[in-house]
Amino acid sequence: MNFRLCFALMLGSLIGCSVESANNGGDVGENAVGSAKRIVADGSSTVGPITGLVGEMFEELHSDVEVPVTITGTGTGFGRFAAGEIDINDASRRIKDSEKAKCEEGNIEYVELMVAMDGISVVVNKDNDFIDSITVAQLKKMWEPDSTVKKWKDIDPTWPDEDIKLFGPGRESGTFDYFTKAINGEEGATRDDYSSSGDDNQLVTGVSGDKYALGYFGYGYYEMSKDKLKLLKVSSTDDPAAGVAPSPEVIQSGAYAPLARPVFIYVNKASLKRPEVAEFLTFYLGEGQEAIPKVGCVKMSAKDLEAANAALAEALK
Amino acid sequence: MKPSVPAFLRKGRTRKGSDKPHEKAIGFLLLLCALVSVGTTISIILVLVNDGIFNFVGEKAFFQQVSLKQFLFDSKWLPDSPEPRFGIWPLVNGTFMVSGIACMIGVPLGLCSAVYLSEYAGPAERSVLKPVLELLAGVPTVVYGYFGLVFVTPYVLKPLFETLLGFEVDTFNVASGGIVVGIMVTPMVASMSEDVLRSVPRSLRDASYALGGTQFDVSMRVVVPAALSGILASVLLAFARAIGETMAVTIACGTFRRIGVNPFESMQTMTGFIVDASFGEDDAQGIVVKSAFAVALSLFLITLTINVISQMILRRYREVYE
Repeated sequence: MNFRLCFALMLGSLIGCSVESANNGGDVGENAVGSAKRIVADGSSTVGPITGLVGEMFEELHSDVEVPVTITGTGTGFGRFAAGEIDINDASRRIKDSEKAKCEEGNIEYVELMVAMDGISVVVNKDNDFIDSITVAQLKKMWEPDSTVKKWKDIDPTWPDEDIKLFGPGRESGTFDYFTKAINGEEGATRDDYSSSGDDNQLVTGVSGDKYALGYFGYGYYEMSKDKLKLLKVSSTDDPAAGVAPSPEVIQSGAYAPLARPVFIYVNKASLKRPEVAEFLTFYLGEGQEAIPKVGCVKMSAKDLEAANAALAEALK
Repeated sequence: MKPSVPAFLRKGRTRKGSDKPHEKAIGFLLLLCALVSVGTTISIILVLVNDGIFNFVGEKAFFQQVSLKQFLFDSKWLPDSPEPRFGIWPLVNGTFMVSGIACMIGVPLGLCSAVYLSEYAGPAERSVLKPVLELLAGVPTVVYGYFGLVFVTPYVLKPLFETLLGFEVDTFNVASGGIVVGIMVTPMVASMSEDVLRSVPRSLRDASYALGGTQFDVSMRVVVPAALSGILASVLLAFARAIGETMAVTIACGTFRRIGVNPFESMQTMTGFIVDASFGEDDAQGIVVKSAFAVALSLFLITLTINVISQMILRRYREVYE
């Protein structure tokens, strides 16, 4: 074997490795807190796209700042937030007591800022022609723990004798927590035999590929895949006809009950002291709000926006 | 083409050169490189044991919190539920369904390719086919996964089994994952089987031709049986490869955990669960991550066993002709 060739090959592979690791570092944003001009966000798949686009808009105005946003679910994000790994956690629900305790343990102080509204959307396949509207009670029957519902006709005898294929987010998801609380009455209570995924796009793929599927996720993912899905009206009474289909107006006003909800970002107070973070948040609640409809999500009302800005101003004092 | 022999080899190999300092240094460097793989294997085993069986450092390991009995005999895998259950069988079921289908596809394809390459193909065909087969082995597995999800399921399985035969085919299903993994292991079966087929002594072929055998007779009744143990070993290795395959099955097979044999339903595999567990994690649910280590440990034991068996078979095969 030619040693020089051998050495060249080894060198080559070493370079290959280092390039690769540099790429990984860029994506994950590990250990980025405290390092200059990087605002690291993680968390909810519902809020992530908003923070991502606001971040891009901000990067365009401030070429020296990077805003890497990853999506791992609200719960996972709070874990990293409490460990001080990230500056901002995107959250599609409020922080839980157990997570508060973890933040205290890790000496992390934080500010909660409402950034937008979302309406958890219940969707079926676009070829589904037997259902337009569903009641909360029917959803509960479908999703409650140990539910015996297997076929559509188990809920309504006029519906077909076909298996319901259920798709929903996993337990790390804030959408999951909110949906189970609103529909099944207890956070985290759900039947366990359904296809779960932390990747909402996979849920979209699942529902759009099966005529008898039903799934739920943030409104933004419905907006992005409108042509592949059919949105159901949700009725909080027992009369399906009284159902309301989520739209920006009814989500903002709260009329899309009980599945309309505020979504938040949680910001590490230590990070707030960095001027670029403060500026980013001001931008988020100002011009950055334009990003929200672009990713299919829903702006909050003027009153809520004012309150959020006041909360930010208070934290920045 | 015969490679020219380097000068230092022509004189006959002695260990004299290794007394020189730079030779020693090179030897040491090379040893270091070789040790990296050994070190990695040992580290992996240590980590698996630490988080799976007994904690030397960190929080309690999986089997210190969950009994082996539950792991082996419970029928449900719900590690992140408020009332968690840890029965490994749904995941094992998914894994073996995928690997079984993969072997049903990959083994005949690979074996027939191997017989063609070794017995029928001339140099020209070989020079085209072999690189193409190897190219197949170089396609990233994530590409196979999407191929399964956006091509095999909607354009092969649904028209064939749903429209024509009336089975219900899910968007995410085991069959599509199995088929793409089967295509993935085809080159492996082909190249390993071809090696053993070609190492069957010429004299066996000549003898059977002399007895009036056709090319088919010679290939199928003499050469393949003679190489059978080597072929079996390649099949087992392909099976082990299919069991460990991750990305393609995560994408194509979905996340439904169930025990069953319907290939058109979604099933999560052991590897699929490990991906799932490392993606998202609920707060205070460290057990989910620990359970992934337990699954990884089981996976490791399964593939190790298969590798050992195939090594045994291969060694036996060598004894016949040497």
